Amino acid sequence: MAYNLTVSPDFAPDHISGWYFFNTWLQRQLEVGVHLELYDCFEQQRKDIRSDKVDMIYANPYDASMLVRELGFKAVARPKARPDETVIAVHADSPYNTVEELPEGITVATTDDPDVHTMGMIMLEPADLDKSNITTKEVDSYVVVAKNLLNENAQVGFFLKDGFDELSDLIKRQMKVLVSSQISVVHHVLLVGPKMQEFIPTLQERLFSMHQDEKGQGVLSSMDLDQWEPMTEEETEFMIDLIDTLVLE
Amino acid sequence: MSDQDTGETREVTINYYDGTSRAAEIVDREVPYPDGKLIVSRTDPNGIITHANQAFVDMSGYTREELIGTNHYILRHPDMPAVAFAGLWETIEAGKKWHGYVKNLRKDGAYYWVKATVIPNIRNGKLVGYTSVRRKPSRSKIKESEELYATLM
Ligand SMILES: Cc1cc2nc3c(=O)[nH]c(=O)nc-3n(C[C@H](O)[C@H](O)[C@H](O)COP(=O)(O)O)c2cc1C
Repeated sequence: MAYNLTVSPDFAPDHISGWYFFNTWLQRQLEVGVHLELYDCFEQQRKDIRSDKVDMIYANPYDASMLVRELGFKAVARPKARPDETVIAVHADSPYNTVEELPEGITVATTDDPDVHTMGMIMLEPADLDKSNITTKEVDSYVVVAKNLLNENAQVGFFLKDGFDELSDLIKRQMKVLVSSQISVVHHVLLVGPKMQEFIPTLQERLFSMHQDEKGQGVLSSMDLDQWEPMTEEETEFMIDLIDTLVLE
Repeated sequence: MSDQDTGETREVTINYYDGTSRAAEIVDREVPYPDGKLIVSRTDPNGIITHANQAFVDMSGYTREELIGTNHYILRHPDMPAVAFAGLWETIEAGKKWHGYVKNLRKDGAYYWVKATVIPNIRNGKLVGYTSVRRKPSRSKIKESEELYATLM
């Protein structure tokens, strides 16, 4: 039988092939069939997760709560030194230099990336802004968020910090950063569903030494990762608790 | 900086709910909340600190060693009404999420305002402690809270 692997839809498009390489690597290590299914949006992916079509996922931290607490997934690894941080930026010529100066009624360009959107909204709170007094414009990628700022179709943009950093210098020079989060303990996580849990020991052994051989190293760098690190059950629960404090009221 | 800041120092006795008290030097000087950061701490079920992130250490002015193992009321500011914390404990002991605006006392006597959320940590169906995550509040919410809390003292 073949298992299903999927990746949080917020991965950078440049690294798609990396996930295919990872899938091939994974099948060799585990000696089982694994099918990689990629999604354009979180909504469709969540639907498939709920209908039991996913056995392993590189998950957005925001989805980890549902996966771990409701569906019995277990964390096997996290990427080393890849926290999910959020940047709020404006046009370089914007009159606003701090979040507190942003007025009601502005348009915010954002993506469907749940952790970035949540942190972005939290970082607007010091200006008394929330969904009732701003307009959000959801677009497909961070490049499009940047375009909306440059074309002045939005006054404010939310970016995953890595997504912001990967924009071209030409684009970055036309924007200014108002605030960049420094949370460090919220990050993506590789989770394994109930049907695949027998593989966890082998999987962890291989993942944690993957950066030590040339092949593994190549796969990692094509995914833009340095190394996999252990993540304990308690560390996972802590991250979920933390995210719980950030969402809903 | 708050309109209420005078920079003056006063000697105050802080009485805790558990019957203990301590003398503290209070300085009316606000330390601004750091942009982009979350201040995170965890406690055991009795409110004894078990974890503090770097932002917590930096803002409180205590070392991590001084914080771990100490009752979380070490941050209690005398301008905070007891009823605010009674509401906090009632909510989290009922297993629910609490949020509110809190004025915290630093080791050096100065203060900082936070928007705090506290949730119970449940593991295998059992309560093992609480997590609090604070974020930067708006000036208008601080002003509102200052006015409200003054009426509750
Ligand atoms: C997780 C957690 C975090 C808390 N954080 C604070 C805090 O930052 N500042 C504070 O004054 N009280 C905090 N409290 C409440 C204290 O436990 C305490 O109730 C409060 O300081 C008032 O002291 P008293 O209850 O002895 O009157 C926290 C409680 C919990 C469970």
